[in-house]
Amino acid sequence: MSATLQNLVNQPYKHGFVTSIESDVAPKGLNEDTIRMISAKKKEPEWLLEFRLKSYEAWLKMEEPAWPNVHYPKIDFQAISYYAAPKQKPKLKSMDEVDPELLRTFEKLGVPLHERMALAGVAVDVIFDSVSVATTYKDKLAEVGIIFCSMSEAVLDHPELVKKYLGTVIPSSDNFYAALNSAVFTDGSFCYIPKGVKCPMDLSTYFRINTEESGQFERTMIIAEEGSSVSYLEGCTAPAFSSNQLHAAVVELVALDNADIKYSTVQNWYAGDENGVGGIYNFVTKRGLAKGVNSRISWTQVETGSAITWKYPSCVLLGDNSVGEFYSVAVTNHYQQADTGTKMIHIGKNTRSTIVSKGISAGHSNNSYRGLVKIAPSATGARNYSQCDSMLVGHQSGAHTFPYIQVANNNSQVEHEASTSKIGEDQLFYFAQRGINAEAAVSMIINGFCKDVFQQLPMEFAVEATALLSFKLEGSVG
Amino acid sequence: MIYKDSKILLEVRGLCANVSGTEILKGLDLTVKSGEIHAIMGPNGSGKSTFSKILAGHSAYEVTGGTVMFEGQNLLDLAPEERARAGVFLAFQYPIEIPGVGNSQFLRLTYNTVQTHCGKEELDPLEFDDYVREKMKLLEMSPDFLERSVNEGFSGGEKKRNEILQMAMLDPRLAILDETDSGLDIDALRIVANGVNQLANKDNAIVLVTHYQRLLNYIVPDYVHVMEAGRIIKTGGKELALELESRGYDWVGVENKAAARATA
Ligand SMILES: Nc1ncnc2c1ncn2[C@@H]1O[C@H](COP(=O)(O)OP(=O)(O)OP(=O)(O)O)[C@@H](O)[C@H]1O
Ligand SMILES: [Mg+2]
Repeated sequence: MSATLQNLVNQPYKHGFVTSIESDVAPKGLNEDTIRMISAKKKEPEWLLEFRLKSYEAWLKMEEPAWPNVHYPKIDFQAISYYAAPKQKPKLKSMDEVDPELLRTFEKLGVPLHERMALAGVAVDVIFDSVSVATTYKDKLAEVGIIFCSMSEAVLDHPELVKKYLGTVIPSSDNFYAALNSAVFTDGSFCYIPKGVKCPMDLSTYFRINTEESGQFERTMIIAEEGSSVSYLEGCTAPAFSSNQLHAAVVELVALDNADIKYSTVQNWYAGDENGVGGIYNFVTKRGLAKGVNSRISWTQVETGSAITWKYPSCVLLGDNSVGEFYSVAVTNHYQQADTGTKMIHIGKNTRSTIVSKGISAGHSNNSYRGLVKIAPSATGARNYSQCDSMLVGHQSGAHTFPYIQVANNNSQVEHEASTSKIGEDQLFYFAQRGINAEAAVSMIINGFCKDVFQQLPMEFAVEATALLSFKLEGSVG
Repeated sequence: MIYKDSKILLEVRGLCANVSGTEILKGLDLTVKSGEIHAIMGPNGSGKSTFSKILAGHSAYEVTGGTVMFEGQNLLDLAPEERARAGVFLAFQYPIEIPGVGNSQFLRLTYNTVQTHCGKEELDPLEFDDYVREKMKLLEMSPDFLERSVNEGFSGGEKKRNEILQMAMLDPRLAILDETDSGLDIDALRIVANGVNQLANKDNAIVLVTHYQRLLNYIVPDYVHVMEAGRIIKTGGKELALELESRGYDWVGVENKAAARATA
């Protein structure tokens, strides 16, 4: 790698600042009392506390998964604080009551909280460490019957809905991190789209970890009733600490008959420094249940941050003719490790799924695609198309593909394509010979490579993702 | 064409260069004035492509001695993209494929980057489309090539035409065409040569690297140089190419050594 290119690789992370704000941080450690404390702080009903305690019991019996292609020192779950919240008035009536320091933080991150400054057409829920601090456009959405609020509020204001769906897509015993999350989750977003309603604006949640020793365990739920549709966006950043923070979220989606949920993520958690020190461990379980006939669940993710990513947004295609989609760009640089992909479980008849995965590995990083396409005996006429492309940048990075395909009937169709390519010095020289510098060249090549995924993103997100990728990879070529 | 009192565009003196520790260029001299067309011929491996890429600034080659002046400035001081913007164009012997990057998008970025550098107006996508289609007509290229990825899956000849298309768009001061003729069929050779001839004028210069006389039937050079083992060992007029075609290269080397002995 040439020297100029080397310099360009080492672009600093621009969201790495810490907000000095008074926080209410729970003492480190995890036991039943911690869970009771969280539940009490949130004034939760008894059934939820039980759900947590049961999950905790299950978690105690479980082992950390060892199968992902990622390596890290053992996590000490007693060294983490399971609750951190900015100290402020318990309930805010308007955005003007939000701590100005917090508002400044989000302004700095480019997340507009003031409704009058908000991007036209996007409602935002903001999660700072363990709690939701603000949700915009709530009233406007309520007019059409949409509930968009923090999970804590939903538990208090719409307990019947939460109770009905919580843990139904991802049971608390699903896996180690889902169980942990079910025991200690603090906040997240809750969306409910009533029958026949097309959500008039994109809903979005912005996550920010601010406290060094706290973990973030948010829980998000989207329920789309019959014939409804919604597009949901998720963004995340964290300060640059030299220690690692654990982020173990759970996201459950339910789409009923003819409903359509589109979930887009731009994940930009702190990735650690160029030597691999610090960064977020992002161990997330996301799953959508396409429960109704003709329902559709579509995941689009752009994963650029985190020291380690372990994440498989999946679709369970239960309803006949339901559709599952997964579009993913995962970028790793320096010493980042990502093991990401999807699961498409076909159960209903004529269910269809599409997987488009683009992995880009630079520096010393390792990027794995892991995907399961499972077609049950009942899923007659099911179809899947998978395309997994890897791009290597430089000589020391790794790309791996682990596709698992299980077909249990004989009239379904599964197609898998894979490719590996490399940005070479000669490609960059070709651009340079035509007057185009390395940054512009890399950004053009990467955008070309990710085109099929980016065009799935809502407009503002696509622009952000493009900029983020160029920024992350500038010149990491050689 | 040789014009009286035309300015020196490129002046190479005693150029020496290494690649991975091996010396490839061993004291190369070449002077190119505006308006001129030069042909460089020479056996495989003599360093013709190396020389072309060094002029364009490829980082794999280390210049160990000599000077290269381009329009009065030290070319070796400039980054490859700055050289391109200053008007040095290289049509590659092996144009590289760039999967996923649309040809029209690439051509427009190239064009606008160079335009901006020259203080000229950029073209928006619609204006550029008209502009590039016009240039494609000159080379009898189908507009379909705009929709495809840069050079991806292009045949050998199509890649070469795409190179000359870029030359036509960018209108460089100095164009180095490295074996643009190889891989072109008879008709394509004529069309491409025609295109190049239309671009030649008294303010620019063209250096053709070729193995065959047939290109020089269409693009008539003012000078023909013979390169061997990293140096230009003989320079003549267009007749020299004909002589090389019938006699090969060996005699040039022999003659050159004899001359060297005589002056020693
Ligand atoms: N990157 C490289 N590594 C090692 N050797 C190289 C490299 N590039 C060029 N060479 C060597 O330098 C010499 C000159 O190569 P060059 O491509 O300049 O020749 P050429 O005159 O263009 O030949 P041809 O007529 O076959 O195109 C050759 O011996 C070649 O093997
Ligand atoms: Mg050559």
